[in-house]
Amino acid sequence: MNIFLILLTSGIAVGGIYALIALGFVLIYKATSIINFATGEFMMIGAYIFYTFTVMLGWPAIPAFIMVMAGAALLGMLVEFSILRHMLGQPTISIVMVTIGLSSILTGFAEIIWSSDFKSFPPLFPRSPIILGDVIIRSNLFWGFVVAMVTVALFAVFFKYSKIGIAMRATAGDQMASYSMGINVRTMFTTAWALGAIAASLGGLIIGNIGGVQPNLGSIGLKIFPVVILGGLDSIGGAVLGGFIVGILENIAGGYLDPYFNGGVKDVVPFIILVVILMVKPYGLFGRREIERL
Amino acid sequence: MRIGDFKETYAADEAVFRSTTSRFWLGVLFVLLLIFPFIASDYLLYMANLTGIAIVAAIGLNILTGAAGQISLGHAGFVGIGAYTSAVLTNHLGLPFLICLPLAGLMSAFFGILVGAPSMRMKGLYLCITTLAAQVIFEFIFVHWESVTGGIRGLNVPPPSIFGLKIDGEFGFYWLVLPVIILTATAARNLFRTRVGRAFIAIRDRDISAELMGINLFRYKLYAFASSSFIAGMAGCLWVSHLKTITPEHFPLHESIRYLAMIIVGGLGNILGSIFGAIFMTLIPEVLQTALKFFEQFKPEAMAYLYPLQTVVFGLLIVVFLVFEPHGLAEIWCRIKNYFRLWPFKH
Amino acid sequence: MTLLQADNLNLSFGGLQVLHDISFSVDDGEIFAIIGPNGAGKTSILNCLGGFYLQDHGTIRLDGQDISSLSPDRRAAMGMARTFQNIALFRGMTVLDNIKLGAHSYLQTGLLAAAFYWGSAHREEMRLRAEIEDKIIDFLEIEHIRKQPVSALAYGLQKRVELARALAMRPRVLLMDEPVAGMNAEETEDMARFILDIQEEWGITIIIIEHDIHMVMDISNRVMVVNFGQEITTGTPESVQSHPEVIKAYLGTKQAVAAGNS
Repeated sequence: MNIFLILLTSGIAVGGIYALIALGFVLIYKATSIINFATGEFMMIGAYIFYTFTVMLGWPAIPAFIMVMAGAALLGMLVEFSILRHMLGQPTISIVMVTIGLSSILTGFAEIIWSSDFKSFPPLFPRSPIILGDVIIRSNLFWGFVVAMVTVALFAVFFKYSKIGIAMRATAGDQMASYSMGINVRTMFTTAWALGAIAASLGGLIIGNIGGVQPNLGSIGLKIFPVVILGGLDSIGGAVLGGFIVGILENIAGGYLDPYFNGGVKDVVPFIILVVILMVKPYGLFGRREIERL
Repeated sequence: MRIGDFKETYAADEAVFRSTTSRFWLGVLFVLLLIFPFIASDYLLYMANLTGIAIVAAIGLNILTGAAGQISLGHAGFVGIGAYTSAVLTNHLGLPFLICLPLAGLMSAFFGILVGAPSMRMKGLYLCITTLAAQVIFEFIFVHWESVTGGIRGLNVPPPSIFGLKIDGEFGFYWLVLPVIILTATAARNLFRTRVGRAFIAIRDRDISAELMGINLFRYKLYAFASSSFIAGMAGCLWVSHLKTITPEHFPLHESIRYLAMIIVGGLGNILGSIFGAIFMTLIPEVLQTALKFFEQFKPEAMAYLYPLQTVVFGLLIVVFLVFEPHGLAEIWCRIKNYFRLWPFKH
Repeated sequence: MTLLQADNLNLSFGGLQVLHDISFSVDDGEIFAIIGPNGAGKTSILNCLGGFYLQDHGTIRLDGQDISSLSPDRRAAMGMARTFQNIALFRGMTVLDNIKLGAHSYLQTGLLAAAFYWGSAHREEMRLRAEIEDKIIDFLEIEHIRKQPVSALAYGLQKRVELARALAMRPRVLLMDEPVAGMNAEETEDMARFILDIQEEWGITIIIIEHDIHMVMDISNRVMVVNFGQEITTGTPESVQSHPEVIKAYLGTKQAVAAGNS
């Protein structure tokens, strides 16, 4: 079996999931300019909601899935309404820290409610691995990838064609102009938080299905930063591209280099690439520099 | 109207502690600090020393993030670099504490400049993520450069020696950490009496007009990174001299966040705020523990909630301060002080 | 004698040509005004002079020396000071610290000396304080607010502090972007008096952008009119006012000018 091909395919699969999580970040950043460090914790909460409904309450998967989305949307709106609304016009450091504080609150509550024990979901997909030519992929990873890509595609369609989607894009482009066009910017902020939380929570659900849930599941959320910097913050396509780049590179680097470093290469490679990219292009591969005015 | 505050010279007007009152209370504080180790229990001394190290690190971060406005998620990494440098110098070269301290600072400052160099061209999200990347990469090096750092098992070091004297135990260490705090706080305060500190704040407030005022942004951002990480490196040296052991687990991202929380709760860009914040954030977990011990008599499993409760309270403090008291404890302290004004020297 | 000379400044953002072959020279000690409708490119000219924008081509000379590609902080050190259209004070500092900041370029204290506040650093700060108090604070009549945070000040006072900060830079050329915009008549008069005093007593050359046409015509030695990024005419206030294209493009009708003069 070809090692490279295996690493590449699993890299693509992981990258697709990263893309979904990064989308959860980008939706909020684009609409509100808020750097949400709690994206990972939204994932974690999404996974726990699914766990609660399927395992603790015995619901079937589909209704539980809907509850995850509803719960995440509610959480996103609540956070925007109760905290971020008061932070308008504050310096970046304050906004970054408020979302970091939020992530700490969510992690703590998750541990109080669900304990720090490892939880796993009931099997959702057929157990047997997927065989694609020479390559074998774990079933959960494969289906996770499929769900992530479908979700991302649905989001893309939503933004392209729905009225709310167009209004949100307009708001992201120019807040004042959108305001004067009769778009309620406040509502757009809340909607962005709801949608961002939904995207993140679905990402968490997928990750939870692959590797189980723990309160610190959110730390995977840090990976979105290399993803968004590499892909650019401007589009869904960028998030997908960045997700794939990071997923593929970290898998291949991890696969080949881990033996020399006793593991852990996967977690650091995205950040090394990130530093190199930022040295050369300070606004990311596809980022644009804003023209500043005096 | 404040009476008895008339200045005859600009020098008097520019002094840090202007009134007789503030100099009096400073003297009282100093005497208390000198008496403290003789009356405090070993546990209390241990807490004081831990807080002291946090104060030094927080002052460093407050120069970079609070005053110069450059967000750093990598401060624990710089503290770690100082700690490892100091450990290696002590173990391999047998250097005494007083030489390790500045060398640890210099090594961290070197890496600070390295991380700060790209900051010339980026801000906000991009800088924030660069420092995050630095933190992740430092952690990776701490874990994987085993020949130097000892890997996940870390390093053990002998107790620090100063003028050939072995400093072992909390009492002795107190006399190491206290002068370093005073020195760092004074130096940091001095920075803000001169053009260097003013340039930092100008860059934070409006970097574009700062440049048009003649400030070389690149140089001063590097100054901020260098001085901040130098102090972090010294804090690292203190850290390893105190615990006499280090592992990569001591310097995770969460520790960087804890330092950020200290300066936010204490007051951004405020030296006194760094001190308040460090004390507050070190004491809160202790207070929680005491509270839970009390509740144990009603609910025997209360202690199990200690760790998650600490996590929640930590996050809540950050959020609540940012939303309701964005200028932190230092501002609250000012309000209290204004209330009591010139007491007890009212003319 | 020419102090500042700009030749063929061209600037564009993307496809938008903001400045088109702008040339002018400013004599030592004069007040030189740039007027024109909104969006004519006036602020862009100042931004090019100050180094905040880099022109696509064209040269800028200060006292015969080519400064076209110097960074803003270098130009500031050579004596280019600036006040802004939207007040750009450092909001986290007091009035005094804002003014002191202006002196940044010619102060010497380095990082280490600052940390220890050694003799030289201390002496330098004291000299600076004395100089600012004697020359600037006294001149601009802002003694009463020197210890206040700038964010707490009224608009007119903030503008004055901004001017104080620019003066602390020991400028040779002072670039002023709409110094009286948003001011009432009394504040405008004060500011006009300060500008004239700065020219006469301090011998500083002033380039000013202003919409208040009365003030511009009153205080300027020469006026340049720009529209759509191009120079229309340059000359004394009187000659500019009677230029047919100026009347058409900027002032509207002859009556408006007449009314303005009465």
